[in-house]
Amino acid sequence: MSGPSTYEPKTGFTKWLDSRLPIVRLGWDSFVDFPTPRNLNYWWTFGGILAVFLMIQIITGIVLAMHYVPHEAYAFDSVERIRRDVNFGWMIQSMHANGAAFFFVAVYLHMFRGLYYGSYKAPREVLWILGVVIYLLMMATAFMGYVLPWGQMSYWGAIVITNLIGALPFVGDAIREWLWGGFSVGQATLNRFFSLHYLLPFVIAGVVGLHIWALHVPGNGNPVGLEVRGGKDGKKDTLPFHPYYTVKDGFAILVYLMVFAVFVFFLPTVLGHADNFIEANPLSTPAHIVPEWYFLPFYAILRAITFDIGPIDAKLGGVLLMFGAIAILFVLPWLDTSKVRSMRYRPLTRWFFIFFVLTCFGLGWCGAKNPDDYVLGIEGFKFLYFGQFLTLYYFAYFLVVLPVMGIVEKPKERPASIEAAVLGNKASAQPAE
Amino acid sequence: MKMTRLIAAGLAALGLSAAAGAAPGDYKAPEHHHWHHSGPFGTYDRSAIQRGYQIYVEVCASCHSMDLLSFRNLGERGGPFEDERFPNANDNPLVMQLAASYTRQWAGEVDDAGDPRIRPGIPADTFPAPYENEQIARGSNNGALPPDLSVMTRARHHGTDYVRSLMLGYKDAPEGVELGAGQYYNEYFGPISMAPQLVDGLIEYADGTEATKEQMAEDIAVFLTWAADPHQDIRKQTGLMVLLFLFVLTILVYLAYRQIWANVEH
Repeated sequence: MSGPSTYEPKTGFTKWLDSRLPIVRLGWDSFVDFPTPRNLNYWWTFGGILAVFLMIQIITGIVLAMHYVPHEAYAFDSVERIRRDVNFGWMIQSMHANGAAFFFVAVYLHMFRGLYYGSYKAPREVLWILGVVIYLLMMATAFMGYVLPWGQMSYWGAIVITNLIGALPFVGDAIREWLWGGFSVGQATLNRFFSLHYLLPFVIAGVVGLHIWALHVPGNGNPVGLEVRGGKDGKKDTLPFHPYYTVKDGFAILVYLMVFAVFVFFLPTVLGHADNFIEANPLSTPAHIVPEWYFLPFYAILRAITFDIGPIDAKLGGVLLMFGAIAILFVLPWLDTSKVRSMRYRPLTRWFFIFFVLTCFGLGWCGAKNPDDYVLGIEGFKFLYFGQFLTLYYFAYFLVVLPVMGIVEKPKERPASIEAAVLGNKASAQPAE
Repeated sequence: MKMTRLIAAGLAALGLSAAAGAAPGDYKAPEHHHWHHSGPFGTYDRSAIQRGYQIYVEVCASCHSMDLLSFRNLGERGGPFEDERFPNANDNPLVMQLAASYTRQWAGEVDDAGDPRIRPGIPADTFPAPYENEQIARGSNNGALPPDLSVMTRARHHGTDYVRSLMLGYKDAPEGVELGAGQYYNEYFGPISMAPQLVDGLIEYADGTEATKEQMAEDIAVFLTWAADPHQDIRKQTGLMVLLFLFVLTILVYLAYRQIWANVEH
């Protein structure tokens, strides 16, 4: 969709620079003139929101690293020092901790957008896969970051998660020791987690660059799921990114930042766990070890497997299924057999999708609860069974619903073009000047 | 506070709350109490923090440390003895006097001969710990370790309510509950190694307030809340300004958005 460049350097310097390093041209073509479908709704603003939050996390993180001490004996106190004694440390620390949560909220909404509007389908498979890579990197970064304050949940969460690796046959123990840098979670683990927690965000930034590159080759998808037409008609389907989408994204970013500010300033610890204000103590295990909320659905899938499957014991089965829940996203573009991108025109699959979203929330609920407790107090209906049922549907959505519905479902009639979708029966849209 | 609880309840209902999961054992949840610092506009009750500090020094400090607190914190912005004439709390005479009332070895300091250096405290010193190490602390308390109180109210769900409830929650042990040596029963904790501390008239408040059990429980809860979150007042003030700024900017950007898109079908 990115056609010939319309950038014309005007001053002597920009002409000189353009013939040597056309970086201004790149920016112009990517973020000013870039033709963007005119019918994008607010679900398309989360990409911009995510870029802002990556920057917030990196900038606040760099400042925190100036004051943080990655040592078993000092880490906990150094985070408290940041909150108490560093100028605006209470704000920077709160932005970083809550920023992680808001980063995940935005990435989940961005992913649900992609699932609903078929953003993963040809020709955007690589774009989608890069997105899943970013998501994986985010999870690794967030997990290691949560270990750094060295509270009880940090420490015991690190033990639970690294022990999952130990469930792998033959190589598990060796990999786990390699991750730990010893025979238990300790000083070496904390040090390397700090190092990697500093490194990975820059890797994420690099993959985000590729993600945007892969976006700018086919261009944005859109709610009706039709491609922008070639030639002159393309102008009628699109608007230049600036000012139309810079201002729309800007508005959405500000609204999101306001909600963020409510948490940063008024509810700074509400998303965390009280136990993490107790310093890590290897001799005292917390009553309930729960991961941060954004990992809870996967935690529920992990715990759903309580039975051996042939040679695979329950623990390994849970681990494989948990990783499988993410791995399946990599092959999603080839699991969905439907030619129709947008769920708007898939009357049956749409309901399966809505149920899939509810399933993800339900899994999160199961992950937060004790598996032996009863759902809503219903006698006998354990969270374990609820989680198992939802896990089954999670995988069925990808492995059964999407492959089969693409063949059996009769999609609704789609408009002829983006322009027609926008205008209905009116005359043609004016190309923006 | 209402908003907090609504949001928390909403998140919990969505299964988003990481704070879900019951406290150890099936003891009573802390009783909800209204605090001067509750809600987005609430600020600390300074005189309550002052009284709470007095209780801490006269009662709690004989067993509990507060390693993260320095005397200077008492005179810093939002602290109980803040004085605008002394923006640098280290110059605050009251704070200097409070620190100097302790003469001891500080932070393992030694003199040129290598002997412990004994001197009066200065505002930069941290609150003196009652025991030299964990072993001595346990040895003096039937094997139980009195926890450090620096971030106690953040380390418990609804920490401020929890501390107040705990201080008032001593009851006779219900039937079937076995108490260990030197243990007491507290309906918010279960068997607990801390003896009941508060009795009416236990201390004489410097400001003349009547020292009832309830009053002291409230004051110590407020003091510990301030200790765990000393920048709360400035945090909320800043938050209101940030939200106001973002709100105005959002309106302006929204109007710009409406104007730019006014003649575009979409």
